[in-house]
Order: sequence, then structure tokens, then C-alpha cells
Amino acid sequence: MATKQVKLMDIALARSGDKGNGSNVGVIARSPEIYAYLDKELTAAKVADHFSEIALGGVTRYDLPNLNAFNFILEESLGGGGTETLITDAQGKVHGLALLHMVVQIDESLLSTIKHD
Amino acid sequence: MNTAKKMIRVANAQGFWGDSLLGPKRLVEEGPVDYLTFDYLSEITMSIMQKQRMRDPNSGYARDFIKMLKMIMPQCRNKGIKLIANAAGVNAPACLAATKQALSEIGLSGVRIGIVEGDDILDRLDALTNEGEALVNMDTGADLASVKDDIISANVYIGAASIVEALQQGADIVITGRASDPSLAVAPLAYEFGWSFEDYDKIAAATVLGHIIECGPQCTGGNYTDWRNVKDFAHIGFPVVEAYEDGSFLVTKHDGTGGLINVESVTSQLLYELGDPARYLSPDCVADFTTIQMEQDGANRVKVHSVKGLPATDSFKVSMSYANGYKILATLCISGPDAIEKAHIVSDMVFARMKMLGADIPEDDRFLELFGSNVLYKGIVESPDQPHEILMRLGAKGMDASKLNVMSSEIAPVLTSGPPGITGFAAGRSRASEVVGYWPALIGKDKIKTTVKVEEV
Repeated sequence: MATKQVKLMDIALARSGDKGNGSNVGVIARSPEIYAYLDKELTAAKVADHFSEIALGGVTRYDLPNLNAFNFILEESLGGGGTETLITDAQGKVHGLALLHMVVQIDESLLSTIKHD
Repeated sequence: MNTAKKMIRVANAQGFWGDSLLGPKRLVEEGPVDYLTFDYLSEITMSIMQKQRMRDPNSGYARDFIKMLKMIMPQCRNKGIKLIANAAGVNAPACLAATKQALSEIGLSGVRIGIVEGDDILDRLDALTNEGEALVNMDTGADLASVKDDIISANVYIGAASIVEALQQGADIVITGRASDPSLAVAPLAYEFGWSFEDYDKIAAATVLGHIIECGPQCTGGNYTDWRNVKDFAHIGFPVVEAYEDGSFLVTKHDGTGGLINVESVTSQLLYELGDPARYLSPDCVADFTTIQMEQDGANRVKVHSVKGLPATDSFKVSMSYANGYKILATLCISGPDAIEKAHIVSDMVFARMKMLGADIPEDDRFLELFGSNVLYKGIVESPDQPHEILMRLGAKGMDASKLNVMSSEIAPVLTSGPPGITGFAAGRSRASEVVGYWPALIGKDKIKTTVKVEEV
């Protein structure tokens, strides 16, 4: 089957915010079929590798199959915590878009499962 | 059979302290609503308010709320809209007095104001620790003794029950201290539908509702990945929820407003600042976000239903803040060529000169961020080899503010004594500011008694 290289942004949406000294990134697959694909592809280890210079304390994944969504917790990703850090993105506001820059290889047939409003 | 189902409309008018004043004004003018919630508090606001109160005993609450009351109360009165706000911050008596005065200034009488207190445990910390409440840091496990003398504020996240009580006593406006964000929305539903707090699924559904709307337009198209699909950001609609007795609800916004409500925009907000989705902890219940079902139900309408919940835990979360030294941050713009190399030279210069002036900053306490060299997506996208310009953010941390402030006098001189192409000093000298540490802990529910008082003006 033909595969295509896409950005995660093409097949998912995301939102992020702070959680203590870390942040969370919620990811929503653009279709149930893509959720099933990401369930295997978008592992905590892969996300930890993607954020290797940002999430210094590792990554945990939680699943919300009811909403075609995942929740990733990025530990120690705010340069020392929301109120104390001097970094620009003190609350991890852009970690969602950062994750959506990931490049993935996907079956072309899955792309047609995305409904466009 | 076609029986009219009871429905109430709850809208979030303020998602944080400093949110747009247009929110409440537009919500009361642009369409129907029964309850407005105002969510002013966060970890950091509690400590700011506590500091304000130390300087002025009549401050320490959300003054914005008073401004807002004058703006919207006449219409709220006419339309029967009730307000629920955690505006009291750390000074409920002052907030109540200011509310009364605002109402009298605009000539309103017969308004019942409910005030919920009991969340502030700052004065009880010694007694509580003596009674065996360890208040260890729930993130790090650290002992409270290490910061006890530096505690600035200590507030318990209280639930919806006391707000319901105030509504039962006829309150038109309910003002609370650190009521948890979703509880502001749980209360009107529990009150209107007569729900028991042991009806866990319904309380959980209302908690989910509260979580979805607590950041205002972040569920109606704000901060949304597919932003090109969002219409008219300037007039984005604040969220209005149509809630039903069975625990189901519809997330929508007033007709004619901007923004976008679809399953993805609502789900985006549902995931915001989320931990374990199966155990979303609130003072009112444990909500299971993995049970939530959502469907589009017409344009800009999303139906949410089937939420399951469990009993709340036997402890409340406590949010404490403590003084943890100081920080300073200075910025300069550096142009290319060699902007990055020059920025490192400037940084070394400044710290070397600080040392010559007796303010040696240890390596670990120094901070340098070169904005424009790929700061936000570090390690994720390719860094530009030679940015034409960067914003240099130079900083330091430490326990001695006067030492840090030496930095402020050694920034401007690098323009005349360092490498070329440095500009952007228009912002002037920066000053060291206090660093506020955050100390989350748990406390037994039996140790906290909230009080409810309703007064008529």
C-alpha cells in the first residue's frame, strides 16, 4: 500500500498547557481510523524523543479512545516551573504545535478518512 | 409526549484575572443566559492578591469584578441573570464591601449577595500542622518545614456545596474565595435541578461542563489548531452552555458572534491542563473523561453526554505560595552577522562586569535565551544557521535582589563598549522581582468548614 510522509498537523490537532513543573499536550486524531493508526505510532517513547531537548523528565501517555484523543504529560518541560522559570514559553503554550511538527509516514488511504468542514 | 424539558444556560464571562472586559458585557447583551461564572483565580493570582493585601488591607480581591458589576448589573437585574464569581481572592470582607458600594453607586437595591468563605488557611497553618496535617508537597514529597516561614498564601480549593447553599438562600450574586474552577458551574446546575452531590454522574457531567468553559473562548475557537476555519476572532463568542436535568449539555455561543464550535474545538479545551483523564479530581467528584461522548448538533452546537463520575476523595487540594528569592530579566536586540556569537560575548561581558562590581552570579543561576535562534521548537525543527536578528533575554536568579539589580546598570553600557549591532534598549532598566514558589498539598476535608452568608443591599 502506498504511504505518504505528512506532518502530524495534517492528521491531528493539539492543545497544550502547564501542569506544575511540566506540561500536557492533548492530541486529537482527525478520524477514528487515524486514531487507531496513532495508537500504535504515537508512543510515549516517540514523543519523548521528539521533545528530547524540552521534556527533560520523560513523557507519559493517556488514552481517550472515546474522543479519538491522547493526553501526553511532558515532565520537567518548563525550565523549572510555571512561576519560577525565566523561559519565554513558561506555560508550555506552544508544546502542542511543537508536537504537530512531527513527521510521520502514513497509508495514503487513511488520509481520505479525514472529513473537511 | 412532548413535555418541555427544563434547561438552564450557564456562560463563562471571565476565564482569568485580566480577561477581556467585553466578555460579560457582550454575554448579557448578545443573547439569553441564566448564570454567568467569573473565574479569576490561579496559583499565581492568590499570591499576588495576598501581597496586595499586605500593602493595603482593603485590597486582595479581583477589583475587575467591581468594575464589571457597574457595567452589567442593571441588565442582569432586568433579565434575572445570576453571577457566580471567585472574586473574593484572599479578602472576602473587602470584596463584599466593594460590591455593596458598587451596587449603591448605580442605584440598585434589593440585590442579595452571597459570600462563601473558609478556603483561606494561612492563619491556621501552625494549628493544622500541630493537628497532624503534614501538608507535604504533593509533587515533590518535600516537607513543609523547608518553606513554612516563607509561605505567602494558603488556600483550599473548595467545592460547589456552599455556593448551592447561597443560591438556596436567594443570592443573586455569589462571591467566593478559592472555589475550584469547575465548581462555579456545578453549583447552578445542582441548585436548579435539585441534584444530590451523591448523584456522581451528574456532578461529574457538570464538572466536565465547568472544565470546558473555564477558559472562556478557548472552547469556541480560541487557540485552536485549525485557526483558518475560525471566523471573526475580534468578536469571538464566549461559551454558553445549555444544560439539562439529565446531565447532558450543549456547548454553544450566541448567534452572530465569531469563533467556531465543533467537536474538535470543544475536545481541545477538554484536554487543556489535563492529567489522568480517567481521574479528573475536583472537590465535588472524580470525573472520568474517558466516558464522555460528544456529537455535533447543528452549526456551532456540540452535545456532550454520558459522563460517568465517582465520589470525591476525602481530601481537598491546598494551593500554597512561598517567597523563593528573586529573578531579573533584561532584553537586548542583536543584529547579524554573527548575532548568536555576539550575544554570547555580551552575556559573558555582563556577568564579568557584575562580578567586578561584587555581584558574582554562579553559573547555575544565570539565564540566557536567544529568541530567534529556535527557542520554542528546540530540537524539533532545524535551527537557523545565521539569524539576521535575535532577541537576547539575559537573566539571573538568586536570594539577594540587590546583587541581581547590578545587572540592570550593566546592560545599556554594552551598546557603546561591546560588539556592533546591538539595539532595542528602549524598554529601559529592569528590576529584580520576587520569585513565587508553588506548593500544592492535600488536607483532610474534616479540617475545612466553609461558611455562607447572604446579605441584601
